[in-house]
Amino acid sequence: MELHISTEKPKTTKLKMKYGIGDRLISIVTYVVYALFSFVCIYPFYYIFINSISANDLSDKGKVLFWPLGIHFSNYANVLKIPDLFNALTVSVERTVIGTALTVLFAAFLGYMFTRESLWHRKFWYRFVIATMYFNAGIIPWYITMKNLGLTNNFWGYIWPVVIQPFYIVLCKTFVESTPKELQEAAEIDGAGTLKIFFRVILPIVKPILATIAIFAAVAQWNSFQDTLLLVTDNKLFTLQFVLYQYINQASSLKGLINNASGTVNIAASLAKAQTATSIRMTVTVLVVTPIILVYPIFQRFFVKGIMIGAVKG
Amino acid sequence: MKLIKDRAKARSYREFLYILPFLAIVALFAYYPLYGWFYAFFDYKPPFPLTWEKFVGLKWFQTMVSNKVRINQLLEVMRNTFAISGLSLAFSWFPMVFAVFLNEIKARTYKRFVQTVTTLPNFISWVLVYSIAFSVFSSTGAVNTVAMNLGLIQEPQIFLASPDHVWFKMWLWLTWKNAGWAAIMYIAAISGIDEEMITAAKIDGASRMKIIWHITLPSLLPTYFVIVMLNLANFLTNGMEQFYVFQNAFNKDYIQVLDLYVYNLAMGNGGYSLSVAVSMFKSIISVILLCVTNGVSKLVRGQGFI
Repeated sequence: MELHISTEKPKTTKLKMKYGIGDRLISIVTYVVYALFSFVCIYPFYYIFINSISANDLSDKGKVLFWPLGIHFSNYANVLKIPDLFNALTVSVERTVIGTALTVLFAAFLGYMFTRESLWHRKFWYRFVIATMYFNAGIIPWYITMKNLGLTNNFWGYIWPVVIQPFYIVLCKTFVESTPKELQEAAEIDGAGTLKIFFRVILPIVKPILATIAIFAAVAQWNSFQDTLLLVTDNKLFTLQFVLYQYINQASSLKGLINNASGTVNIAASLAKAQTATSIRMTVTVLVVTPIILVYPIFQRFFVKGIMIGAVKG
Repeated sequence: MKLIKDRAKARSYREFLYILPFLAIVALFAYYPLYGWFYAFFDYKPPFPLTWEKFVGLKWFQTMVSNKVRINQLLEVMRNTFAISGLSLAFSWFPMVFAVFLNEIKARTYKRFVQTVTTLPNFISWVLVYSIAFSVFSSTGAVNTVAMNLGLIQEPQIFLASPDHVWFKMWLWLTWKNAGWAAIMYIAAISGIDEEMITAAKIDGASRMKIIWHITLPSLLPTYFVIVMLNLANFLTNGMEQFYVFQNAFNKDYIQVLDLYVYNLAMGNGGYSLSVAVSMFKSIISVILLCVTNGVSKLVRGQGFI
């Protein structure tokens, strides 16, 4: 076989192109199957978007399938007039920004601290934190705890329970360990303390991994639904996800509210713009999904990198 | 010498003080709630505080299986949990195969596109998945409209508010959401396969299927093995969010998995104590499963995953 290669060099370069009929068939089937799968993944988003900007009487009857009909953007303006919805948007944005900032900062700091040999009983405390990945008290004990701590119907109930994520700490620790120790040692000789080293030396070098963590944390905060369901009854603290869930189930009662509020006098002319249960549902869905879609392609490379680091570690 | 030692010690304590607030947060939100398991042994009725007079021993564990209705309910919940987890386990190879054939696509842009598009659903919440499901499968949704236009059906079909094929549908939604994301790990593993091995096989005249079967798949098996073990360890844990948002009066008998049952018990007629008892029972079995699968993993791979 080896002789074969060395004597007929041109053939080996051609080998790449030389597929049998079976291989070609696989190619075709593969392309078609992946096209279908991609379509199934992307079409629902497109479908909801075109419906949210189409004439509402048409979208309600299911006439809008492939492209928008009777384009108008008044649904967005109208839906944001629902006071609860605007409030929910604010809550969601706030928890995402604050929650992400704290989660990232804490992960970086703890990841760094757990690399410090000098830390008192470092190994024990590291395990103390990491062990929490593997158990969970369950929702009722957790709920009672939150109640005892005064974190029900409290904005900080969205933040404090999730700011320390063991997995992110592992990522940061691994990353810090992979950077040259000399950087820290040099800073120490210059008289920098533990904290100064963190802010001046560590924080700038761990930025790439922090970007990955920030995306994960932000998506988790934005998507979080269960904590509102368990902890919050005050509608001033409802998040966008929670309000969307409510709207899916009660959109029909809401449409009357909006239509009355916006004072649709000329019914015949405004049929295309009068809210329907469908139009409200679709429009709010687009509002909730848009931040994810905007952030997603930009940071796709970050999370692929992140999962690789995690895979190496795990 | 002593001075240096003292200094080192002082720094050691000082650094501990820096992380103490964070350790307190961990203790408060991860360890402290564990005391709530005591509620399983008491007759707890909020908002009254816990007292020893309310101690009932194992009453709630007996209640779980005390009468026919409860037993049937528990059996039903276990059946649903096993069916849905079992489906996930039976099809756990899907993301691997997805990654393998995706790797066969030579057009890089197309490959990138498929990967991007199929990973997206992983990043939306279950509420959004439900909203999408509602929109696409409602009586005036895309699926019914297209099927009626094509003459496949005469009447709009009801997909969500129906007791038919609930487990399979739940598995489909889970796959829709997670398959692309789960494939990333395998794609990373495939890119780590030695190119020379594949070139050598090609020179020997191996077809693509043969290369996949003899080179690609065997090199992915260790990763797949870990996934299967994790699946087994989490067999009783399906999470409640997916099933909570999809549950309705029609599919309730088939959708209530253990995690959702715990929630429904606490919020409904069961009461906190019974709910905690059920969740404790689940936790204990889960810990055993985790230990067993970790042990198996140690035996087979020489290393566990904890």
